[in-house]
Amino acid sequence: MKKKELAALFMAGVMSLGLLAGCSSDGGEASQPPASQAGTQSSQPNGGDGDTQGNTETVTIKVGGIGPITGDLAQYGLATQWGAQIAVDEINALGGPIKLEYDFQDDTGVTDTAVSAYNTLKDWDVDVIYGCTTTAPCVAVASETFADRYFQLTPSASSPDVTADKDNAFQMCFTDPGQGMAAAEYLKNSSLGTKLAVIYNNGDAYSSGIADAFITKAAELGLEVVSTQTFPDDKTTDYTVQLNACKDAGADVVFLPIYYTPASLILAQAKQMGYAPTFFGGDGMDGMLDMEGFDKSLAEGLLLMTPFNASGTDERTVDFVTKYQADHGILPNQFAADGYDCMYAIYEACCQIDGIAGMDHAQLCDALIAMFTGGQFQVDGLTGTGMKWLETGEISKAPVVVKVESGVYVTQ
Amino acid sequence: MSFLNNAITGISLGSIYAIIALGYTMVYGIAKMLNFAHGDVIMVGAYVCFLAMGNAGLPSVVGVLLAVAVCTVLGIVIERLAYKPLRAAPSLAVLITAIGVSYLLQNSAQILWGAATKTFRPIVEGSLVLVPGQLSISYVAILSVVCCIVVMVALSVFTGQTKMGKAMRACSEDKAAAQLMGIDVDATISMTFAIGSALAAIAGVLMCSAYPVLSPTTGSLPGIRAFTAAVFGGIGSVPGALLGGILLGVIETFAKAYISTDLSDAVVFAVLIIVLLVRPAGLLGKYVPEKV
Repeated sequence: MKKKELAALFMAGVMSLGLLAGCSSDGGEASQPPASQAGTQSSQPNGGDGDTQGNTETVTIKVGGIGPITGDLAQYGLATQWGAQIAVDEINALGGPIKLEYDFQDDTGVTDTAVSAYNTLKDWDVDVIYGCTTTAPCVAVASETFADRYFQLTPSASSPDVTADKDNAFQMCFTDPGQGMAAAEYLKNSSLGTKLAVIYNNGDAYSSGIADAFITKAAELGLEVVSTQTFPDDKTTDYTVQLNACKDAGADVVFLPIYYTPASLILAQAKQMGYAPTFFGGDGMDGMLDMEGFDKSLAEGLLLMTPFNASGTDERTVDFVTKYQADHGILPNQFAADGYDCMYAIYEACCQIDGIAGMDHAQLCDALIAMFTGGQFQVDGLTGTGMKWLETGEISKAPVVVKVESGVYVTQ
Repeated sequence: MSFLNNAITGISLGSIYAIIALGYTMVYGIAKMLNFAHGDVIMVGAYVCFLAMGNAGLPSVVGVLLAVAVCTVLGIVIERLAYKPLRAAPSLAVLITAIGVSYLLQNSAQILWGAATKTFRPIVEGSLVLVPGQLSISYVAILSVVCCIVVMVALSVFTGQTKMGKAMRACSEDKAAAQLMGIDVDATISMTFAIGSALAAIAGVLMCSAYPVLSPTTGSLPGIRAFTAAVFGGIGSVPGALLGGILLGVIETFAKAYISTDLSDAVVFAVLIIVLLVRPAGLLGKYVPEKV
């Protein structure tokens, strides 16, 4: 361990001496294939380290991703890793003025591992941080990047804590309270039912963030919430107690601001109990239909808010889904789509920055912040068109409610 | 009516804990080690059954038998490669090795089968309706309870009556003395792991039939719960594992229903602490004073 640390220190030292500038120019050399697996961190001298060339040179931006690619949350982290990889490959194939070099480090969904992963990326001489996938690690890393002046864009960490008081942190996903309020408004304007119940994971910032905002907004709008049920973590397997409580309270709409794994159990157990309210979910529900072996009839009539529809027919979505399926054998979910959009947002912003070739990571950070909050910059992606960012780092795009009909999403 | 529903849930959950706890207890009783990889063998069993039924389209009975076969072999292999070389090592070394094996199994499963959660198709579907719309018992729950009782009776007969079972009990009392009496201790311990892992496969299939999601970390939490059940009932005791498992399942479900869904684990462990204060060896465990 000691030896490794010394070596890392030495490497960091050498690099900070030799490569003070963040965005090193590639000088037309073939760039290294992006290292997408954790643990393949080499120093990557990046061809020439002089930044005096003119603007006609290709500039390589090093994007360092962080997310859980092993452990309980691996399915979400891998989706963000793989989705972004497709965008990186496309961008590099475009042959534009900016190339992206991409590395992804594993944080296993744990806060301190995420900070170590961030340090590894710093040693790699990263320019922009892409991540983290989950909220708690993202909050920790964002406070580091804020102090160190790295621009950070997260595909999926949706708590307002991620961007609070940090000018450098931006989100591609909806915020949790935003989603909760949108859900309450949707239910107010629809005629789905009058007695609402909520089942959420109060050990999880995402789930409780949506649920709290939903309950507050529902009270404001005069909606009747007859039962509020919680469970402590996503490893919970038995929800009959919570469902019985909702049933006894006579709820006809059950709001589930939770991830799809627990949600799939709730749907199965509700069916077994003979309880059939309208289930309404957040974007964490996306992915359920693609679970191997999942009985799609369980999800019939389920409503959910999701920015991405894998069965969409526009050319870009079809292309993305085809590539993702060819590489990984599964359908992409919104995590993958958000990851893809993140890379294009970074790329398109970088293309519009003047004099990017000479910038170090702190200058690039300020330039990107100015670009994202300037009001002019907007991105079209898989998860929305004309996506813009607010000063707070929140994204502004419209939530879309879809209904599951015969195993596919139908936009409402 | 919801009381009865909760009781049914508790008992069926408890009998799955009990089958897992039986595996823990057997291995602890004979090899005197805590096999923390036991929970992950459950996961492997469930995956084998899932693949056999889903991808190969085999009937569920064949799926279960295949899972039992694979887990039995896996249990023996783990014991040979990881634990046998440490037979003379301090117990802490074996404990850490067991945790290592647990991670190895989880991460290998992720590489082999991916991280995405899969939905398990129950081996038996449907439920027995007692009061339409109010009270029903799923066939999986009935099967779990029946399996649990059959397994416990079979194990009691096996350890009490057969030659191999007697050899196991002898090893559990005193390994050195057993060896002197001509018992092949290594073979006996291998046999214990084989039985324990076969039970893990059955528990895995039943658990995933009752709660049909499957991921590489599926086994870890039930593994820990079942270990608690084994300690609760008296680790090393076969009827103790059954009693501990069912009590744990029932307490957990009732605590969720009538106290708080957040505090259910705290309630379970508070009960465990009280039981251990009154009966340090668990409910049915034999208290053996340490001779100094």
